[in-house]
Amino acid sequence: MAMLEIKDLRASIEGSEILKGVDLSINPGEVHAIMGPNGSGKSTLAHVLTGRDGYEVTGGDALFEGQSILEMEPEERAAVGLFLAFQYPVEIPGVTMTTFLKEAVNSIRKARGEDDLDAMKFTKQLRERCKLLNISEDMMRRSVNTGFSGGEKKRAEVLQMAALEPKLAVLDETDSGLDIDALKTVSDGVNQLRSAERSMLVITHYQRLLNYIVPDHVHVMVNGRIAKSGGKDLALQLEEEGYAQFGENVAA
Amino acid sequence: MSESALQPFHEQYTALTNAGSLPGSALPWLTSLRERGMARFDELGFPTPRVEKWKYTNLRALERQVFHPATTMTATLGLDRVPSLIGEQAGHRAVFVNGRFRAEMSSLGRLPKGAKVMSFAQALEAEPNLLADEIDQIAEGQDDQPFYHLNCAFMEDGLVVHVAEGAKIEEPIEVVYLAAADDEALAYHPRHLIVAGKNSEATLVEHHVGLGEANTLANHVTEIRVEPGAKLHHYKMNAETDAAFHVSTLHARVQENAFYDSFTLTTGGQLTRNEPHVKLEGSYADARLNGAYLQRGKQHCDNTTLIEHAVPDTHCREIFKGALEGKGRAVFAGKLHVYPDAQRTDGNQLSRCLLLSNQAEIDTKPELEIYADDVVCSHGCTAGELEKDPLFYLRSRGIPYALARRMMVESFLAEVVQEITTEDLRQAFLDRVTDWLSRSDQ
Repeated sequence: MAMLEIKDLRASIEGSEILKGVDLSINPGEVHAIMGPNGSGKSTLAHVLTGRDGYEVTGGDALFEGQSILEMEPEERAAVGLFLAFQYPVEIPGVTMTTFLKEAVNSIRKARGEDDLDAMKFTKQLRERCKLLNISEDMMRRSVNTGFSGGEKKRAEVLQMAALEPKLAVLDETDSGLDIDALKTVSDGVNQLRSAERSMLVITHYQRLLNYIVPDHVHVMVNGRIAKSGGKDLALQLEEEGYAQFGENVAA
Repeated sequence: MSESALQPFHEQYTALTNAGSLPGSALPWLTSLRERGMARFDELGFPTPRVEKWKYTNLRALERQVFHPATTMTATLGLDRVPSLIGEQAGHRAVFVNGRFRAEMSSLGRLPKGAKVMSFAQALEAEPNLLADEIDQIAEGQDDQPFYHLNCAFMEDGLVVHVAEGAKIEEPIEVVYLAAADDEALAYHPRHLIVAGKNSEATLVEHHVGLGEANTLANHVTEIRVEPGAKLHHYKMNAETDAAFHVSTLHARVQENAFYDSFTLTTGGQLTRNEPHVKLEGSYADARLNGAYLQRGKQHCDNTTLIEHAVPDTHCREIFKGALEGKGRAVFAGKLHVYPDAQRTDGNQLSRCLLLSNQAEIDTKPELEIYADDVVCSHGCTAGELEKDPLFYLRSRGIPYALARRMMVESFLAEVVQEITTEDLRQAFLDRVTDWLSRSDQ
């Protein structure tokens, strides 16, 4: 069974249709990339999958391990194993990273009927993960994303992904705002989380990120639909030829 | 104002004075103060919303209730342990039940030389001159404060703290005010005097709690003088029950180089009015007038504050933050008054409120009266719902709505509670916030 099965998904914002019938199937362990020009609906797809307010699903479905997630609350989606790395991580002054991660991990465990993670074990795991991502422990005592640099924010997103161990991670423009060193650190972090059970959906505007996080499948999204799918070479081809070739198709 | 609401107070006053049962009846200054107080209260009556300073706080519920004077000691009070914010290690604890000092529940510990902590009633016996010199002398602009005058008429007991020049009371003085009325509604009018002598230092923590079903009216008046170079930390937690009416009028004078640091958290009470007047009357006087409030159900909390910058080079910072649930209501009216020659005044005021339900209401009235030209004064005021983006962010990480909301409100309020400088006390106030939020019905 597919990890994620998106079928003819349609969604609007304030009455204007952004997703115009998206079909996509991701199997366990696969990494898929969605590329596309600005405004093609890539981020909207990420938001609709994670249940952000303000989007109206007007048709189709999204099945996570066979179960429709579109009616679920955002926290329920997280509990079944869906994770979104935000393009613009949100600052939450006054809530420390440690508290935030602990509450998140334990909330998900609780939703799954598991006991709270032992505090010692949690701290130990967090310390190891910080080290892998080149995150200072000092950052864990700071408020969530507050005053973080662009790179720190993105590393913090990957740290959260590592802590929550999702089945499917959606990475929304994780490369935006990163210099080459930060991009490499973040990508290394993501790659360490790749496994035969974990799937990823990498949304990006540029091919650059896909040099580091090498996808199994690449899809081109144009005007609210998947216009073309292929292997990792498709990304390189797009880098060379641009998205203009799809423009005509769209107009037609 | 209805005459009938004043009638019981008037009759009680006559009965108590005829019986000579109010303390200090042999002291002419006090008798005269009581007389003037009763007469002025008669003239003013309970303020109506037509009175500008009471525009947003309606006292009808208070006026409808007939309160009996809390003259009889509630000796049968079943209290295993006096609630405490700082735990058993508290060095100095004074306990008041319905406004009366209870020596057997109190433990004042060893105070440094020059520091006196006693009840008002004790002070009337032991230090009558101290009270004669200070009571009603520190207060200023009290003429239009009916509750002040009502307190003058009925004052019986309270807390008196006198710290002599240079003395430092290291441990906080915890003062527990317990409202306990089971059978009939009770009113009491505690009177407090705090004098922090030159270069002295003390920390005072007021903890107002309640027991019992019947309504109570606690009408506190506090006079404070922080003398040159002294530091007074004054923290207050209002955590009475829904049966409590709490009115607190405070007059503080802060002198040269002195620091008055105050924080008031209101979570309890049916109706609470905190009305501090702080006058910065010496150069480089510095004050913090901070607070937080959490109200739900039909609770109402009014913080009406006045800060006067009377001389050059004074500094004040005022931050009030709150969260309202259900039909909770709050008022913040903050007046900042800069006198004509109070150059180089530095005054900041900020009021922020979270409305957690669409029936909650905050009325805010910042007021800046500035008569000097070389000043830095700022004020800001916001009221709104919880922000959607952080809420979604937390939920997207698996944190359920109710917990996400609680985390956000807690962090919002923690920011102002952080202003409390004593760490143990700060934690006690944060715990109170957490406790209130965990009992959320939404």
